[in-house]
Amino acid sequence: MSPSASSAAVEVCGLVRSFGTVRAVDGLDLLVQPATVLGLLGPNGAGKTTTVEVCEGFLRPDAGMVRVLGLDPITDSAALRPRMGVMPQGGGAYPGVRAGEMLSLVAACSARPLDVGWLLNVLGLTGVARVPYKRLSGGQQQRLALACALVGRPEVVFLDEPTAGMDPQARRLVWDIITSLRADGVSVVFTTHLMEEAEALADQVVIIDHGRVVAKGSPADLTSAGTQRQLRFRARPGLDLGPLGTALPEDCRTSEPRPGEYLVDGLIDPQVMATVTAWCAQQGVFAEDLRVSRRSLEDVFLELTGRELRS
Amino acid sequence: MTSFSPGTFTPAPGRGRLSRMLLTQARTEFILTLRNGEQVLLTLLIPLGLLVALTLLNVVPIPSPRVDNVTPRILALAVMSTAFTGQAIALGFDRRYGVLKRLAATALPRWSLIAGRMLAVLGVVLVQLVILGAVAFALGWHLSPPGLAPAALLILAGTAAFGALGVLLGGALRAEVVLAVANLVWLLLVVAGGIVLSVHTLPGALSGIAAALPSGALAEGLRTALVAGVTPWAALGVLLAWAAGAAILAARTLRLS
Repeated sequence: MSPSASSAAVEVCGLVRSFGTVRAVDGLDLLVQPATVLGLLGPNGAGKTTTVEVCEGFLRPDAGMVRVLGLDPITDSAALRPRMGVMPQGGGAYPGVRAGEMLSLVAACSARPLDVGWLLNVLGLTGVARVPYKRLSGGQQQRLALACALVGRPEVVFLDEPTAGMDPQARRLVWDIITSLRADGVSVVFTTHLMEEAEALADQVVIIDHGRVVAKGSPADLTSAGTQRQLRFRARPGLDLGPLGTALPEDCRTSEPRPGEYLVDGLIDPQVMATVTAWCAQQGVFAEDLRVSRRSLEDVFLELTGRELRS
Repeated sequence: MTSFSPGTFTPAPGRGRLSRMLLTQARTEFILTLRNGEQVLLTLLIPLGLLVALTLLNVVPIPSPRVDNVTPRILALAVMSTAFTGQAIALGFDRRYGVLKRLAATALPRWSLIAGRMLAVLGVVLVQLVILGAVAFALGWHLSPPGLAPAALLILAGTAAFGALGVLLGGALRAEVVLAVANLVWLLLVVAGGIVLSVHTLPGALSGIAAALPSGALAEGLRTALVAGVTPWAALGVLLAWAAGAAILAARTLRLS
């Protein structure tokens, strides 16, 4: 039996939220089971932050139903807030406050907070505990914001681009923390632009664009939809792919996306591989960098959301 | 796999004690005000300079003994600078930096976002009273003891009125606009609102207007209380009316970011 929606950590049904004439979120559904990690992906302006802010109770939905831990973020705000950890996208501290002071203030709002000194140390902030917020680097500000989200020992956390502006070491630390949160029973919703991050952390990935869900599933589901794989190799540019296309099974497509780079899309099995190498032998070319790969999450993402730049 | 032992982040949520949350917020904002150079200039150095200058230099017509008539106005200026100008500017920038959102995401009740700020403002006003009072005494200030209780009431009402106006301004507009407007209003009230020039010495209609402004009401009220030892009920009424009106408006216009 699948876990019922009523026990879900986060449940969003048919969420609509507009700003003026712009529909930032347009009929969105989400379901996050307890102690799982959901990664929310999408281009800039896709509606990720709006969705998260509605869940946090900062924005009122125009339509749809939102429940976090079974509570309405607006009407049950007082009961929900102590159980929820929030890391907003940028900011979240007085310009002149020292890092340690800010974390202590947020800790004071909780009944059984994590130890402030320990948390500063874990996040590598002990050395800057007495430095004013505005003098912290972007990555340090992000780590302080994460500390503020975790210090109250929440049941569910919303992290809006938690690793933006962080160096690789700090990013690894955040990944480590998110993994530990889930292991300890905390439900996590995070947004990101990093496909690698979503693949590494999320039990479930939801790709949204123009305020709607365009794909969802585990990273493995999304990247190996069917048994779609790709075979790539490099050779002399301008080879005639016609005979190869005829020799291959019908569901395989051949292309030369860049001069000298060849791509076979479809169900790549050993027979296909043999056909390709035989064809190369006929052409008298040596296939370099021949490799079979599954689609990356980034391929899926770009396929679904397009390749043009968003403002 | 991870470097954290199991159970490190096991949920144990709960609301902190209300008094502790409120006092920690107020203490943090109190310390931040005193640590901010521009705020100290506005709330302490300018009032101190004016107290000494207006007492010792005969540039503005002030009845003798000068220090007795100057001090109440400087106390009004101090309250106005902290509760209105300083508070509006801090609130405008705190909103910009996402502080209100940050605090609104904790267990802190919404009303205490503002209550905590007001407590911090009261703390700063107390520091101002002690320092300005000490300097005024050193300059030979004599106050009328029966006027002390009404003066305390006036300062509370004035802090409430200017505080509510500060939240009204700082809670609704962009930080840069708040900065400009708060300073401009401060300057106008200092010059023409009954602070440097007493309500009675302002020309014509301005005199009546200034008496109905929170600056004029507080300055004139404090003078009446501390010089004559009489409770200035009209001034108290003016301040409470401003406090109520501004608070009702501010509750509708306050935005978290």
